[in-house]
Amino acid sequence: MISFKVNGRPYQLDIEPETPLLWVIRDEIGLTGTKFGCGIAQCGACTVHVDGEAVRSCSMQVSDAAGKEVTTIEGLSPETKHPVQQAWLAEDVPQCGYCQSGQIMAAVAFLKDNPKPTDEDIDNNLTNICRCGTYVRIRKAIHRAAALMKT
Amino acid sequence: MNEIVRTSITRRHFIVASTSAAGGLAISVALPGLAEAATIAAQPYGAGTAPHEVNAFLAIDPDGGILIRSPHTEMGQGAITALPMIVAEELECDWSKVRVEYASSARNLRDNGVYGDMVTAGSRGVRTSWQMLQQAGASARVRLVAAAAKRWNVPDAECEAADSKVTHKASGRTLDYGALAADAAAIKLDKEPAIRPPEQFKLIGKALPRLDTPLKINGAAKFAIDTKVPGMVYAAVAACPVPGGKLKSVDETPAKGKRGVLHVVKLDNAVAVVADRFWRAKEALALLKPEWDTGEAGKTDSAQFAKLYRDTLDGPMVTARNDGDVDAAFKTNTGKVVEALYEAPHLAHATMEPLNATVRLEGDKLEVWLGSQAPMGTIKQAAAASGLKPEQIEIHNCFLGGGFGRRTINDEMRQAILVAKQVGKPVKLVWTREEDMTQDHYRPQAAVKLRTALGADGMPVAFDARIAVGSILRSTGISKVENGIEPQAVEGFSTTSYKIPNLRVGSMLKNTHIPVMFWRSVGSSQNAFFMESYIDELAHAGGQDPYKFRRAMLMHRPDFIGVLDKIAEKGDWGKPLGSGSGRGIAIHECYGTILGQVTEVTVNPKGEVKVDRIVAAVDCGHAVNPGIIEAQIQSGIIYGLCAALYGEITIKNGAVEQTNFDTYEVVRLADTPKIEVYLALSGGKKWGGIGEPGTAATAPSVANAVFAATGVRARSLPLKNVNLHGPA
Repeated sequence: MISFKVNGRPYQLDIEPETPLLWVIRDEIGLTGTKFGCGIAQCGACTVHVDGEAVRSCSMQVSDAAGKEVTTIEGLSPETKHPVQQAWLAEDVPQCGYCQSGQIMAAVAFLKDNPKPTDEDIDNNLTNICRCGTYVRIRKAIHRAAALMKT
Repeated sequence: MNEIVRTSITRRHFIVASTSAAGGLAISVALPGLAEAATIAAQPYGAGTAPHEVNAFLAIDPDGGILIRSPHTEMGQGAITALPMIVAEELECDWSKVRVEYASSARNLRDNGVYGDMVTAGSRGVRTSWQMLQQAGASARVRLVAAAAKRWNVPDAECEAADSKVTHKASGRTLDYGALAADAAAIKLDKEPAIRPPEQFKLIGKALPRLDTPLKINGAAKFAIDTKVPGMVYAAVAACPVPGGKLKSVDETPAKGKRGVLHVVKLDNAVAVVADRFWRAKEALALLKPEWDTGEAGKTDSAQFAKLYRDTLDGPMVTARNDGDVDAAFKTNTGKVVEALYEAPHLAHATMEPLNATVRLEGDKLEVWLGSQAPMGTIKQAAAASGLKPEQIEIHNCFLGGGFGRRTINDEMRQAILVAKQVGKPVKLVWTREEDMTQDHYRPQAAVKLRTALGADGMPVAFDARIAVGSILRSTGISKVENGIEPQAVEGFSTTSYKIPNLRVGSMLKNTHIPVMFWRSVGSSQNAFFMESYIDELAHAGGQDPYKFRRAMLMHRPDFIGVLDKIAEKGDWGKPLGSGSGRGIAIHECYGTILGQVTEVTVNPKGEVKVDRIVAAVDCGHAVNPGIIEAQIQSGIIYGLCAALYGEITIKNGAVEQTNFDTYEVVRLADTPKIEVYLALSGGKKWGGIGEPGTAATAPSVANAVFAATGVRARSLPLKNVNLHGPA
């Protein structure tokens, strides 16, 4: 049995400890906002927070999340009001949208450590892949979110 | 209209998904303080029927809610926002009351193609459907007016439609659309009304926010991979790594008895493991060591293919265009002759959402949840795989996690149907990234030989293009190649607008065992690189400025000149740049749209390219939603930049060598330049597409900038393989 919390709710699961956290979130718990993109921590579509840190959940064993707090895109803000989500909305960032849960989760964690980022900070730290190429608007939205969070 | 200004119509609705155990249901939640916008549900597919239809494209509820159906699929390009705007333009309805769903492919089958071909490829949403959509809105509006006039017993001409209401101007009486829809649906007109001309547009041209954004920032949007059907099992699949190969045998023992594993299923060219969870299926599959019959194809590699295409260039060609007398012009001309050989590799689509499909096969009824760019073709493929009739099949098309051409053929669905037939349960079959990358249908490999005679003034007198490339039509079987010419193979050359008195374009199609398909901007994806890089070579060979050289050959096309002048002005053409930096220009027309780019790059002493800035101008005739156009041009540029800098699929022992994003590198934020997008609209009859042109023009503008920075001409891609020795 492995116990941990997802979006504040406790779970106790009888599951192979080596199962990637991603598949536990998607197929056991049924939260599908977290996406499968590559399976090797390259693309970041599966990004969630574990104890507040951004983690690529396709490459973290569920046993490593034992006793921890996992936050997925669904748990970021109950009414989609997180400043990063608000900024994404204002800049109309998503296109196909498949990578955007991961982009937002990565941006939220990034802004905690970099409350006033430059373009260079953004480029050097955020490595999630978007095949639609929404990067220009992601940059703008991160600056907007940083401004929203300051106020 | 030049600068793109985003309209600040904000939103009334957020859609918050409440996911039930059996699937997903979207619930609209009105949040105070958020202003008004149309909506779409988390699962975009519609039922195909609605109680209060005025016509196939729209229904109006008694409470005034308006349902508009989009005949094209949403894969990021903005179809479900822009296309309903065209209907609403004519309908004169309250945009905040609009909800959108995909038009039903099953209904399209029943109703003789009422929604057209429903293909979402070839940048054709607005380009091919705008008239049909405007007509649907206009026809409904005129009927609503007629219904009100009849109710009041006044002439139609005394009534006016606006803001979801009909008003009798003289008396001031009004009726809401909701009260008129049933009567309107029954009204017969002698002839359908004319659609309004662009100068009267009120909604079209506004940068309204996308309908799907609220669903795509909180995990609510449902992609095919998120489908959950009661009793469903999961399948992981491995197809023969050499395309066209067959499964010889597989020992099932290693997978048997593993936790959750239910079946090992053998297909003609693949093996699948079915389990109660995807991860368990995938892990058990990895334990199997299938034996494949790969035949002669298993002995091939990329070097052989490169030689095949180069050798083909020296053989016979089929002429696609022949202006003047090219051979005679070469003989009589005494000026410089410029020759060049260009090459481009296979490329993978690599959509963010790996291919997947969920199927439920019960008796003579088949339901499929997937992402399809061509649902009518998907029905045919499903019929072939299942043995059922098309009318027994229902396609639930989801939000597509990227398409780029890949989702026009649904191999993943064929496998899912074959597996479901064997296991007797609903099946969700998911490709791993490795499967997705090695089982793609790729952008064709190509080589071209170009020869031009320049006159004494440095302008081309004779131009001869010889093209060797894989045939997409033969590989996919989508349609026949007529007279040896495939339009996709020669587009960009045969369609060039450059005024050259003697011009010949020939091609020879050659296919290998590697399947090839439509890849964002298709033939233009390689031909624009070849053509526009080569035009740059010609400009330099004739001692001319690349911008002015192009301009001189396009004087007969004011639309091209508008785009060229815009990018030259906004892109600071001719202004000095630092050492190691250079500026390149390219212009290309495809899908009815002209796109020009001025690109700035810096090449460091190690020969590494950094793209600093891209200034683009677009002429798609009319702009339905400038915000979406801006996003699509940015998107196309990034997709093209992946190909320019990194993109390459190589073959070894008949199989694709790249397996994931660690070996098939793509552009991320760190490689993303500053991008500026300007509209240079020529209006008139032009309604061009915007999904693909940005991709086509990017590689040549980057390569031309690299030449300006280094003096090195890149005649093949990707640039990571080209030896650039830093500043010249």
